[in-house]
Amino acid sequence: MTIRYTKDHEYVRVEGDTGVVGITDYAQEKLGDVVYVELPEVGAKIEQGKQVAVVESVKAAAEVYAPVAGEVVAVNGALPDSPGTVNEAPMGAGWFLKIKLANRNDLDGLMTEEQYKVYLESLS
Amino acid sequence: MADTASSPLLATPLNAAHRTLGAKMVPFAGYDMPVQYPAGVLAEHNWTRSHAGLFDVSHMGQATIEGPDFATIARALEALVPADILGLVHGQQRYSQLTNAEGGILDDLMITRPATLEEAQYVYLVVNAGCKEADYAHIAANLPQGLRLVRGEDRALLAVQGPRAVDVLRRLGCGAVDLAFMRAGWFDLAGHRCHISRSGYTGEDGFEISVKADAAEALWTRLLADADVKPIGLGARDSLRLEAGLCLYGHDIDTTTSPIEAGLQWSIQKRRREEGGFPGAARVQRELREGPYRVRVGLLPEGKAPAREGTAILDPATGLPLGTVTSGGFGPTLNGPLAMGYVPPTHTAVGTPVHLLVRGKPHPARVAAMPFVPNRYVRSPK
Repeated sequence: MTIRYTKDHEYVRVEGDTGVVGITDYAQEKLGDVVYVELPEVGAKIEQGKQVAVVESVKAAAEVYAPVAGEVVAVNGALPDSPGTVNEAPMGAGWFLKIKLANRNDLDGLMTEEQYKVYLESLS
Repeated sequence: MADTASSPLLATPLNAAHRTLGAKMVPFAGYDMPVQYPAGVLAEHNWTRSHAGLFDVSHMGQATIEGPDFATIARALEALVPADILGLVHGQQRYSQLTNAEGGILDDLMITRPATLEEAQYVYLVVNAGCKEADYAHIAANLPQGLRLVRGEDRALLAVQGPRAVDVLRRLGCGAVDLAFMRAGWFDLAGHRCHISRSGYTGEDGFEISVKADAAEALWTRLLADADVKPIGLGARDSLRLEAGLCLYGHDIDTTTSPIEAGLQWSIQKRRREEGGFPGAARVQRELREGPYRVRVGLLPEGKAPAREGTAILDPATGLPLGTVTSGGFGPTLNGPLAMGYVPPTHTAVGTPVHLLVRGKPHPARVAAMPFVPNRYVRSPK
């Protein structure tokens, strides 16, 4: 299973030709209690690095950028009604959307789990 | 999230206590302050509404104006604020504003007349942390001969807020439980001599407790030992005050907004409205007579998207801008988004539809009455 990370703390977990996108545990922790999630329409075509969703805590709003380019093939319909799932299971049930990868090379510019850990250490 | 300030941050006497509790610390008004504890903003907010929250608000400025007699001090203060200070009875507290010559607000503050006759002649002030240096300079520069401003740098300020706050103080045998809302006095609390007022910034019943800095941690620990008390950070303090419809200086009120625009006319008593005699009185009196050009209103988005500070408020009929959101977010007790902002007097009726421009998209909202969550001040204690 391939997981890649962005410097903005999104992850993409590659499952076949699809990438499951969400925010990392570090991001949810930093944000605090999530109270609102805005997801794109299924079918939307997204460019890498462009805003694809919004996540808000009591304190702040944050944009979620697409780690990879492609078409949105699914969104997590449970999130708008239970946004706290993002805090409870950011890498699991708290996923945001699935993108059908337009270009697998997009993954090359992202961090591996090991690289992301080193990156997080550099932030603290 | 707030940026790290370049100048060294100040610490309250409870800084170490916050860190021990695992607080997430952020820079706020020049201070290193707890934005939340491990429980998180939602849990802290809800705990305050259901039990009792303990807040460190020692960053706020505590000062006294001292002089030969109360009337002299009150008259000097009335030259700076629109509230009736001469009319304060012993132990009474009032909310007011320091106004500028244009009727804008330099800061908002609490003003208290001491409870007993025996004490030295003074009036006690609590001002905002971010404004205190400017406030003190402004007040000191405008005091007549024989009066002086004394900064209370050696004091901490704790707030216990929520429906069980009174039980917490009662269990400690504190006489402050007999105070009514906006009354204050000196009391013994857990062996410490404290100046306690029945007031706060959450819409709940509660107390603000001024104590010597070197006793702050002992008192904090003692209060936290009560099972009904949990520590609450600045994050929940903001969502609580927003639901209570209370202004945050520098956001909902500033040097351009008048007390009348901000809907604070209740804080200007009749004699002062008629007599004036405070900075910017001409504007305040004109706005009382003719109405202001804009008014602070509550806003309830119809969807779930929070509208944050700076969001444009649009006329749904024309798409033209009406004003701007000055505070907005998610209300945990309301379980939905809420905001406040300024609109023209034509759009202040409760229920008036507006649009809020969130990330380029107009979101329907309605003008709403404030407070958003009913306040529970105790005006006549049993």
